[in-house]
Amino acid sequence: MAQATTAASETKMWGGGRSPFNVSYGKMMMWFFLLSDAFTFGAFLISYGTTRYFSAVWPDPNQVFKSFPLMGEANLPLMFVSLMTFILILSSVTMVLAVHAGHYGDKKGVIKWLLWTIIGGIAFLSCQAWEWTHLHSEGGWWGSFTDPSTPISAIHHFFKHDEAVQAMIPAHGLQATHDFFNYFFTITGFHGAHVTSGVVFNILVLVNAVNGTYERRGHYEMVEKVGLYWHFVDLVWVFVFTCFYLL
Amino acid sequence: MSNDVIIQGPGVAHAHDAATEHHGHEHHEQHFIWKYIFSQDHKIIAKQYLISGIIWAVIGALMSVFFRLQLGFPDKTFPIMEKFLGEWAKGGKLSPEFYYALVTMHGTILVFFVLTAGLSGTFSNFLIPLQIGARDMASPFMNMLSFWFFFAAGVIMFASLYVETGPASGGWTTYPPLSALKEASLGSGVGMDLWLISMVLFVVSQLLGGLNYISTILNMRTKGMAMTRLPLTIWAFLFTAILGVLSFPVLTSGFVLLIFDRHFGTSFYLSEIFIGGKALPHIGGSAILYQHLFWFLGHPEVYIIMLPGMGMASEVLSTHSRKPIFGYFAMIISLVGITVLAFLVWAHHMFVTGMSPFLGSIFVLLTLLIAVPSAVKVFNWLTTIWRGNIRFTVPMTFAIGFVSLFISGGLTGIFLGNSALDIQLHDTYFVIAHFHLVMGVSAFFGMFAGIYHWYPKMFGRFMNNTLGYIHFFITIIGAYLIFWPMHYEGIAGMPRRYYDYSAWESFKQFQGLNSFISIVVIVVFFGQLMFVFNFFVSIFRGRKVTVQNPWQSNTLEWTTPIKPGHGNWEGDIPEVHRWAYDYKDDGNGNDFIPQTVPLKAGEESH
Repeated sequence: MAQATTAASETKMWGGGRSPFNVSYGKMMMWFFLLSDAFTFGAFLISYGTTRYFSAVWPDPNQVFKSFPLMGEANLPLMFVSLMTFILILSSVTMVLAVHAGHYGDKKGVIKWLLWTIIGGIAFLSCQAWEWTHLHSEGGWWGSFTDPSTPISAIHHFFKHDEAVQAMIPAHGLQATHDFFNYFFTITGFHGAHVTSGVVFNILVLVNAVNGTYERRGHYEMVEKVGLYWHFVDLVWVFVFTCFYLL
Repeated sequence: MSNDVIIQGPGVAHAHDAATEHHGHEHHEQHFIWKYIFSQDHKIIAKQYLISGIIWAVIGALMSVFFRLQLGFPDKTFPIMEKFLGEWAKGGKLSPEFYYALVTMHGTILVFFVLTAGLSGTFSNFLIPLQIGARDMASPFMNMLSFWFFFAAGVIMFASLYVETGPASGGWTTYPPLSALKEASLGSGVGMDLWLISMVLFVVSQLLGGLNYISTILNMRTKGMAMTRLPLTIWAFLFTAILGVLSFPVLTSGFVLLIFDRHFGTSFYLSEIFIGGKALPHIGGSAILYQHLFWFLGHPEVYIIMLPGMGMASEVLSTHSRKPIFGYFAMIISLVGITVLAFLVWAHHMFVTGMSPFLGSIFVLLTLLIAVPSAVKVFNWLTTIWRGNIRFTVPMTFAIGFVSLFISGGLTGIFLGNSALDIQLHDTYFVIAHFHLVMGVSAFFGMFAGIYHWYPKMFGRFMNNTLGYIHFFITIIGAYLIFWPMHYEGIAGMPRRYYDYSAWESFKQFQGLNSFISIVVIVVFFGQLMFVFNFFVSIFRGRKVTVQNPWQSNTLEWTTPIKPGHGNWEGDIPEVHRWAYDYKDDGNGNDFIPQTVPLKAGEESH
């Protein structure tokens, strides 16, 4: 907005003629979009939560996610997902540095840190691809485990090895495994799609930064906007991670 | 970023002149395609929404005429239906499958395409920049995209009418399993897929539009236009947009899960089901989950439909009764109340799903609480026109009709919000009567009031008055004659969505009443065609607007030239000095003081 910087209008934040939050419309739209998107993920995770709550049994994440690339049968519960999460959080840190560099108009810094962020995003997606492939090889997919004649041995390794499992009614185990993978692939897939689009946005912004578009524009606000999106996607991952891997 | 810089353009102050297009006509003329089709001017986009909305309204209303013919005269045939519907009405008799498709599409079209996109799409786009004093939306490009996503959604929905197995037919709420299993009914096949794709595009359109409305209202008000000086229309559009931005995404989640259930073998909503003696490979899902996700949007959706009408009725009632709006702040607070409560009442649509009666009682309480802000608004409207110097113009009659219908339909909402009563009334014609009056016809009246009131601003001409009054009386009398009797049918237990009530001993007695309703429906339908005729002919032949401010209104849109160009004001954007409702003696014999007039010495602001 035309920032009428007289003393009078400074005091009247909501008086019109200026942005009450001192943000551009683009950043405000991004904030409201993220709020909206939070409701999308919220609806998914709450659906997951209710389904799990009403299930008699549920797969144990320590059993489902215990593999690591190239480590064969080694029992490494949650190690790989910890690595993925670390990569993603690291990419948030590099994004912070890119935004910071943008504030100082440091073109080289923006390019360097955006590049690292993109690499982090791609690394995360690659990890996810490996994990999906691995789970797929164990029989997990959308719509898997519905055949009532499935032997219990096909699913027992997803559950905790104690008496509860031995007493588990096969139909309950099947249903829980079926539901678990349906939600797992849908929600991590939806999150992965967000990361993918984030990487695409970052690449577009990187190209603009390299071409000097923002230098000519006089500010690197676009980096801030994709930064907001990127942090949001990371934040959502924290919730997805908690729901599927920790609880 | 300011779009002043982008579109203010030459900023040359011409003397305004009704006959010519103004803005920048000495510069390069835009090509027709960029000016009228892929336009980024909020006023053109508003008209695009309005005209699409009108086309959809005619289609949706025609559908209701067809299924009312079936309901009113189940033993007769109407060869004309075969002309329109072909195989679906062989020999002039509507097929049961297509009857369900018609009620489904009637609901979808009217709720989403007409009363959401056609209503808030039109007036949010048209009025927000004009009334807050901005040259256009925050992002005109996203605004254009918003319309074209809506258009694409419309094309797909329209195409679904022509697929061989017919459009979606499981009701506008598309509950699974009917919507999730391709084998469940004819319309559950391709028609349902197209419905889902269309609706996802629609949500994208709503999101793009809503983000724009919110950030425009917050960021781009002209100097002096404090939030507390905004016309109530703008407040209403702001909360409408917030409701949409927060509730549509949940519907999207629900649709994504439904798409997976339909095509990828998941069981989010499907438990063990047998079709034709064969077990389907779905286990353990819950159809109720969909209902929760759907109604988390579905309930706010009715306020998305209602709020713009409320805002416009406030504006029209105040302007045409030449009195300040009564209880301006109470109006805003009640809008806040409605917006917050809208998110907390969705399960009152689900009292009969077997939910815990304790949980039900909480939703009853929250539902009944909505009566408080609603009543505040109603009393404020009544006190606004009380002892006003009322001018019974066409928009005023529709605004008064809006209040009447809102009261009539709103009161039965208090009946239905009680779970004890709802168990009897659920899915009966009582519900049909309730929501058609309170959010169907009432929202339409808000929309008509808005169209008649802002038509001069949109097209520089007036609509025909006589036709307008005839339109009003046909519509209000017709609405009551159609929906009032349905209350009795509903109390007697007559369920909605049945194809032929004459087959039921308990409902045979209503045959005469059903025929009567159907006849009124046909009359009202032709009444609306007359409005459509009036609308389109007046664009070219209507009486020309010769003064800048024909209603003697206070708000900023009437300070623009009679036919504003892209950018709205020719010189600087005016500065605002007072609220929108100073309908009082200005000391020169006028009974209104526009927002641009500075406060006089010693004058207190509202």
